[in-house]
Amino acid sequence: MATQTVALSRPLGPASAGVLLPAFTLWWREIVRFYRQKSRVVGVLASPLVFWIVLGSGFGNSFSSAAGPAQQHYMDYFYPGTLILIVLFTSIFAMMSLIEDRKEGFLLSVMVAPVPRSAIVLGKVLGGTTLAAVQGMVFLVFAPFAGVHLGLVQVLLVAVVVFLVSFALTGLGFAIAWPMDSTSAFHGIINLFLIPLWLLSGALFPLSGASVWIRALMYMNPLTYGVEALRDLLYPGIETQFPLPSAMATLLLFSLVMFGLAFLMANRRSTRPAA
Amino acid sequence: MVSKVSAIADAAPELTLASVTPVISVENLVHRYENRTALNGVSFDVRPAELFGLLGPNGSGKTTLFRILSTLMLPTAGRATIMGCDAAQEPARLRRQIGVVFQAQSVDVKLTAYENLWHQGHLYGLRGSPLKKRIQEILSRVGLADRAKELVETFSGGMQRRIELAKGLLHHPGVLLLDEPTTGLDPGARRDLWQYLQTLRDEEHVSVLVTTHLMEEAERCDRLAIMNEGNLVALGTPAELKSEIGGDVVLLEAAHDAGLLAERIRARFHVETTILDNQVRIEREGAHRFVTEVVEAFPGEIEGISVSKPAVEDVFIRRTGHKFWTEQNDAQTAEEQSRR
Repeated sequence: MATQTVALSRPLGPASAGVLLPAFTLWWREIVRFYRQKSRVVGVLASPLVFWIVLGSGFGNSFSSAAGPAQQHYMDYFYPGTLILIVLFTSIFAMMSLIEDRKEGFLLSVMVAPVPRSAIVLGKVLGGTTLAAVQGMVFLVFAPFAGVHLGLVQVLLVAVVVFLVSFALTGLGFAIAWPMDSTSAFHGIINLFLIPLWLLSGALFPLSGASVWIRALMYMNPLTYGVEALRDLLYPGIETQFPLPSAMATLLLFSLVMFGLAFLMANRRSTRPAA
Repeated sequence: MVSKVSAIADAAPELTLASVTPVISVENLVHRYENRTALNGVSFDVRPAELFGLLGPNGSGKTTLFRILSTLMLPTAGRATIMGCDAAQEPARLRRQIGVVFQAQSVDVKLTAYENLWHQGHLYGLRGSPLKKRIQEILSRVGLADRAKELVETFSGGMQRRIELAKGLLHHPGVLLLDEPTTGLDPGARRDLWQYLQTLRDEEHVSVLVTTHLMEEAERCDRLAIMNEGNLVALGTPAELKSEIGGDVVLLEAAHDAGLLAERIRARFHVETTILDNQVRIEREGAHRFVTEVVEAFPGEIEGISVSKPAVEDVFIRRTGHKFWTEQNDAQTAEEQSRR
């Protein structure tokens, strides 16, 4: 008899862990792990900062043109692009952790837990988003050196833009990283796809002066709308390609599509080894 | 009267075992990878509070079976259920019932022991002070209560395994699945782990399914399923399986040609022989007398002799006609280890 009652014994805890608690715990783990690795924290801030100072000062006033940011020093022009670069780097590194989780086996123990896949996507993506957005916002400390002086409302709007860009890029990173089992393959994607995405976002050169085919690519690039939205907010006096509301609406759409993509990738079950 | 009562009592466990619903039920499970059949129609049941072993060399299909049972992969055909939940149809319900310990480590070494279990608890819907209490409880159970606040990367291999086990058991699952849990452990840690599994079965009546490629581990299971190349080749208690071997196992090392020696022994003594490399293997009752006769009959033909009681490995050899460790699966093991 003893064996029979035992066979019916129910495991501890509620019938389902729901979505929020597992998502919260995965989010929190992401943040704890990031800030325990001090070199990562410094790395994602330092290299774009060096980029900004060297490229910004180097170009100086070299490429002033009537169509371009004639009234701006390149250091100022390059500032929003640098911020986006920090967000991009942090998002990429955050999603690289997904591949590490898979390799180190942690992901396996999450996948055999009674946790909906949406919770895994939400926790990981929000974790990466938080890290990327925080690192991006930290860079605002240097805003005065780029001739930017922000009010509270502007800071909040910048935060919204940075959050949306972070969320979209992390979602994209998740979708790319999910089927991968080595970080070297991910490095290939970064060089071939993610860095060009940033190069063609208006971060380095303005849309208005570019060749027609490049301009077409830039219009299709969702990151362009992030850079332009930031430019709208940081330099209100300067004319940009897109008004702020339409740029933000585009970003929101991009974010949702990327999250959907990440969810679709994670939700597949197949007869192939899951990890 | 007295003898009759005891007879019924003896029979009773058999009756309940037969009528009890199995905890794990595997029916005609088939799995094909792109160019290879990993499982070729495997069926067995695991009973409540049983320590069930899945023994097989690398590449025999154990890990595939483990992946299907733990809902990480869908089978090509057939059915696997745990506590009535179908692995393919109701993965979410099934996942609540099981604790899983993987062969590869799944603990996050950048976190402390406590943090690992805290996250694990959240994944199973545990939270707050009940979770805290349970973590303390399970940590003292695996003997790591005093190391709770230390990063797992500072732990020894054996301690990391114990954290894995604690993770798998945190939510009080009725079924525990372990894939080669003693990989990389020293003999002491290995023995501790098996003792703990037996305690779990006896005191908390957890049903345990464990895969292994080690004979001495297989001997410690209540029942065994032996696998070879995707097929189930034997199923039963270690004692039952070994009892099918008549008498002792004699291994003769041939001085020249093992095939020729075997042929001559068959002709002379009318026994069945198996050839393993340069050895001739014979199952024989009263082996000591037999050995003397053989040596006298073929002077100079035999270089070495061993006589032993049948072991689980002999069951494997009998059913498959080859050794447990062949060069092929040895090469696979080496490859797998170098990949890690």
